[in-house]
Amino acid sequence: MAVGRRRGRAAGSIGRPFPPGTYPLVLVGSGPGALQFSYFLGRLGVAHAVLSADPGPGGMFRQFPLYQRLNTWSKPYPPVPPHSRHYAWYDWNSLLADESRHRALVPEFMKGDSYFPTRREMERALAAFVRRTGVRVRYGCRWESTRREAGGFVLGTSDGEYGCRVAVFAVGMAQPWKPVITGIEHVPHYAQARPSRLYAGKRILILGKRTSAFELADALLPYCRQIVLVSPRPPLLAIHSHSTAGVRARYLLPYEDHVLGGGVVMLDAATSRIERTAKGFRVLASGTTRPGDFMFDVDAVVAATGWTTPLGDLRALGVATFSQDRIPALTAFWESTTVPDVFFAGAATQGAVGLRKHGVPSNSGGLGGFRHNARVLATHLAETRFGVRVDRPTLAPDDVVPYLLSEVSRSSELWNQRSYLARVVSCERSRGIVDEGILPLQHFVDTSGPDAVAIVLETDASGDHHPAVYLRRGGKVSEHVFPGDPLYDFETASHRAQLAALLQDLI
Amino acid sequence: MATREELIDLLSGLALFADLPRPQLEAVVHRLEEEYFAEGQRILRQGFSGSNLYIILEGEAAVTIDGTQRSTLGKGDFFGEVSLLLGEPPIADVVALRPLRCLMLPGPEVESFLLTYPHVTYRMLQAEARRLRNTSLWR
Repeated sequence: MAVGRRRGRAAGSIGRPFPPGTYPLVLVGSGPGALQFSYFLGRLGVAHAVLSADPGPGGMFRQFPLYQRLNTWSKPYPPVPPHSRHYAWYDWNSLLADESRHRALVPEFMKGDSYFPTRREMERALAAFVRRTGVRVRYGCRWESTRREAGGFVLGTSDGEYGCRVAVFAVGMAQPWKPVITGIEHVPHYAQARPSRLYAGKRILILGKRTSAFELADALLPYCRQIVLVSPRPPLLAIHSHSTAGVRARYLLPYEDHVLGGGVVMLDAATSRIERTAKGFRVLASGTTRPGDFMFDVDAVVAATGWTTPLGDLRALGVATFSQDRIPALTAFWESTTVPDVFFAGAATQGAVGLRKHGVPSNSGGLGGFRHNARVLATHLAETRFGVRVDRPTLAPDDVVPYLLSEVSRSSELWNQRSYLARVVSCERSRGIVDEGILPLQHFVDTSGPDAVAIVLETDASGDHHPAVYLRRGGKVSEHVFPGDPLYDFETASHRAQLAALLQDLI
Repeated sequence: MATREELIDLLSGLALFADLPRPQLEAVVHRLEEEYFAEGQRILRQGFSGSNLYIILEGEAAVTIDGTQRSTLGKGDFFGEVSLLLGEPPIADVVALRPLRCLMLPGPEVESFLLTYPHVTYRMLQAEARRLRNTSLWR
């Protein structure tokens, strides 16, 4: 492929890694998704360049959450050793590492007065991960264009052109998004909301009832004269949906205020128009769950209406999207379904929806989930695109049942990515019993392969967490749902006996 | 890809949602999630529990039982409702024959959805009656 260097830009390259040129793989981004993926690629020996428009690491955590404290836990007093592999379930914010000394970095930077880190603590921990693991990024290098050429892609950047066989975009999902509503252009998005004290004594209307809307309402609660949250559907709460797709309990004070009639109004209505007035804004809406027309005169309106993936010119390259054009449509291994060799890491990996059993989505939109995807993707690309041989351990027949049950009871991969990532063990006469590692469940059930077993953690409509086992025999996959346990102990004698009976012929 | 407005317009043209006024269509668009499936991708899996309800916005899908194609589904068709209503795993696979765009309603929300929108329930019953009649004609 023909790769050109932009004249006059190379001077700034001195001392910066990855000058323009050709690399096996180019990764765009320097948020947690990019850093995690680059770390694992490096461990596998895959040469790659990492480019970022930002001046330093952190991605969205350089700016968000706006009101400074995350809603994902990093528990300082966990029931397992803090640097052990299974601690990752108790710490959804630290990046993963093979070396125990590089794990659990976020709690190291936390003050200890909350198990939710602040944005600044998060940013410091990510910077420490970069420093300690040696992940390198070419900062201040903006990805501007993408074109396909023989043998791969050419990425045009502010520093020049980068050729690659495989392009991976870890660009986050933090570009403000607003729906089409007349007059919405006059109101700021959540990303442009002001410090909460500046709303003191005001009536504010928030468009939206998802996480960012509730985070905003929670921050404004002590200050505003009245808060009105408007969106067409009732709020989806994590405690009801049994997943992180709903609003977390941490932000539910405005909801309680509404329920008790304290002044917060939560209305199911479709907003038809926003008008400027002499004193602020007039918002017109029509009821959805209860019919009726509403008109609100308020001092301020904020659109907490969500985010989109900054895809640049990738749509023009042919990358298909969904969810109102906000998310790229991806295969089980996070490759564009329409443009081969374009992959995504980080929050955009939610574009691979998986099985969504009982409606539960993956946790790929959050760091807790996508950090595991990064390891799987790095291994997949190393093996399928760059000829790296990854050794896989073998298991003794007697170890298979306790191993699988231990994984489903404790491993962060399966708990963070329920019904999405699976621990897979294959059984072939020529190779023996092999731990194939963590793989997307969708890949396991929808592709052929040797006789094997996959175990995942699932959550049903009642909120019961339980193991589910997928058995592949002669190319056909069957599902076997195991009972749950009130203490989440899936290593009971009953579970062992049930799994042993199921795997009897296999192992 | 479709904007929210386009989705609402698309929905208003489907028989299932033909009786809903615009504010309710807007609520439905917010409640259902848009999903995209590449050609060859399985959406519903025979014998697997925990499935969801899907409404096809665009594209075509095959209904297969034990690997044999039994019928095809297109724009406006829905699938997954039988297993959800009966609380049993689906008896067929549904596979995208070409790129397929659907609206998905999580299985656990189907009951409350159908109770909230009785006109949708009635339209769904009509569609089920037509399927039953067509099946009977084949006998």
